[in-house]
Amino acid sequence: MMADSTDINYEKLKKRTTSFFIHVFLILVSLSCLFPLWWAFASSLKTQQTVFKDLSFFPQTPHWENYYLAWTKADFGRYFLNSLFYTVAVVVGVLFIASMAAYAFSRLKFKGRNILFLICISTMMIPIPGSFIALYVLLNKLHLIDTRLGYILPQINGGLPLGIFLLKTFFDDLPKELEDSARIDGCGRFRVYWHIALPLARPALAVLAIFVILAVWNEYLLAMLVLSDKGLMPLQRGLMVFQGAHITQYPLLMAGIVITVLPVLVIYLMLQKHIIKGITAGAVKG
Amino acid sequence: MDFQKVRNEVGNYVFILPAVVLFFIFSLYPFFKVFQLSVTDWNGINPQMNYVGLANFKDLLTDNPVFWLSMRNALNITVLALTLQNLLALFLAFLCDRDIRGGNIYRVIFYLPPVLSGIVVGLIWNWIYDGNYGLLNHFLEFIGLGDLTRAWLADANTALLAVAVIHMWKGFGWGFVILLAGLQSIPRELYEAARVDGANSWVVFKKITCPLMIPVFILVSILTILGTMQIFDIIISTTGGGPGYHTEVPITRILQTMIGASKFGYACAMGVVFGFVLLAISMVQIRVSKMMRQV
Repeated sequence: MMADSTDINYEKLKKRTTSFFIHVFLILVSLSCLFPLWWAFASSLKTQQTVFKDLSFFPQTPHWENYYLAWTKADFGRYFLNSLFYTVAVVVGVLFIASMAAYAFSRLKFKGRNILFLICISTMMIPIPGSFIALYVLLNKLHLIDTRLGYILPQINGGLPLGIFLLKTFFDDLPKELEDSARIDGCGRFRVYWHIALPLARPALAVLAIFVILAVWNEYLLAMLVLSDKGLMPLQRGLMVFQGAHITQYPLLMAGIVITVLPVLVIYLMLQKHIIKGITAGAVKG
Repeated sequence: MDFQKVRNEVGNYVFILPAVVLFFIFSLYPFFKVFQLSVTDWNGINPQMNYVGLANFKDLLTDNPVFWLSMRNALNITVLALTLQNLLALFLAFLCDRDIRGGNIYRVIFYLPPVLSGIVVGLIWNWIYDGNYGLLNHFLEFIGLGDLTRAWLADANTALLAVAVIHMWKGFGWGFVILLAGLQSIPRELYEAARVDGANSWVVFKKITCPLMIPVFILVSILTILGTMQIFDIIISTTGGGPGYHTEVPITRILQTMIGASKFGYACAMGVVFGFVLLAISMVQIRVSKMMRQV
């Protein structure tokens, strides 16, 4: 009897110690994830004179005016609005075009449906590094270099394969009865798609929107190739331009970084469940 | 009646028309154009271009050591990412697969770096690595290893490793999330049954976890390889390929050839070769994985 209870205590103790060390390790890794971001934030509140000497985690006199300067003098306000505009435009474009195509691939009958579907999602599988050279040549020919449209259209196209794939899977699993009865009542196919199928697809549309938002907000290569007019640049490009021109103005650069990261952070923390579900769903199923 | 049918079908095509048009213009056309340009000497500006056959490819394969150095650099980073990054991801996934308090909070935090852009991550780490004011050097001095301080990204001996560390920092959370999801999809009954039969942790790992996780391992490694070989943002925002060519990677070389040297035809040939390398790598991976599944 006695021996038994000490055994249990020993087991418990062992479990607790393991659990303690696991948490210590996980917390250390967590800190390594968070610390660089916090450091950027803390540095954005210091001045050009103190930023290299003041190693405090939060400055004694935070210079919030750095954000005002970054927003106005360093043009991050304009870059921010540009990024916002591009993101909204690409998201609306992808959601609309991909959902229409996915609906057709799932519900409507026409010749070559399957082969066209495979072609449309083929770019998800084939990596073609260097096709950006030809894309640049093409945009040049179409006089779309240094235009907003030239930055938006290729990105809408870039979001379509994932969008069509995701939404077709969703429509395939959706019961047809509601749409059928609407058709019997005399609704045209566009109205059925718009008024019945699309509202039902809201959860899938939301997941797609999150991924497109993150992709567009973080895009750099295309912005570098297509946009050289400062008035048109998105945040990522603006950060690089600012760094190139004022390499030593660290507090303002860090303020620009915080301005760039904050929307992503808010979206991520609000929607992290959907984001993580989204990336794991495809992985574990496939 | 027939007319009605045709009209109906044409109407169906309207739904996919925008997607197909965009696809043909912005995906298909550039895809074939790359191959077409890769056999010319086009400089990107002149309306005239000359057909040069396979000269670009020949030069690339025999007389362009910098391109192959860039390939090797990317490969080195890839090997590190495949081993260190993925092992860390797997280890963390194991720890969080238990019923652990705050597991979800850890998951949210670990996936934070992957949602940031390569530019932002590079610019922040730039400062951590800085030779004069960098945090890393401050830290080394603080713990009494002042001899090791250096400009990490400007030093030829450490630049590539430093860049690889940034890349792994940004990437491990992604592998972690996928591996964790894979672990959680394994039915708990299997573990319990094995325990009842008296199997220890190592045997359980070898006989149950590993075989069931192989598809996930393969997926994670293919995506790690493809993603890391095409690393670019982090290089551009930290070293720009320097010092010398120590951190050049294929994409920065292609960009340099295209924009810097105005050799569009040649850059396309580089893209084609690089594309085939990537394709070959994923084919080998899929082959190996099929063999492993049979064993």
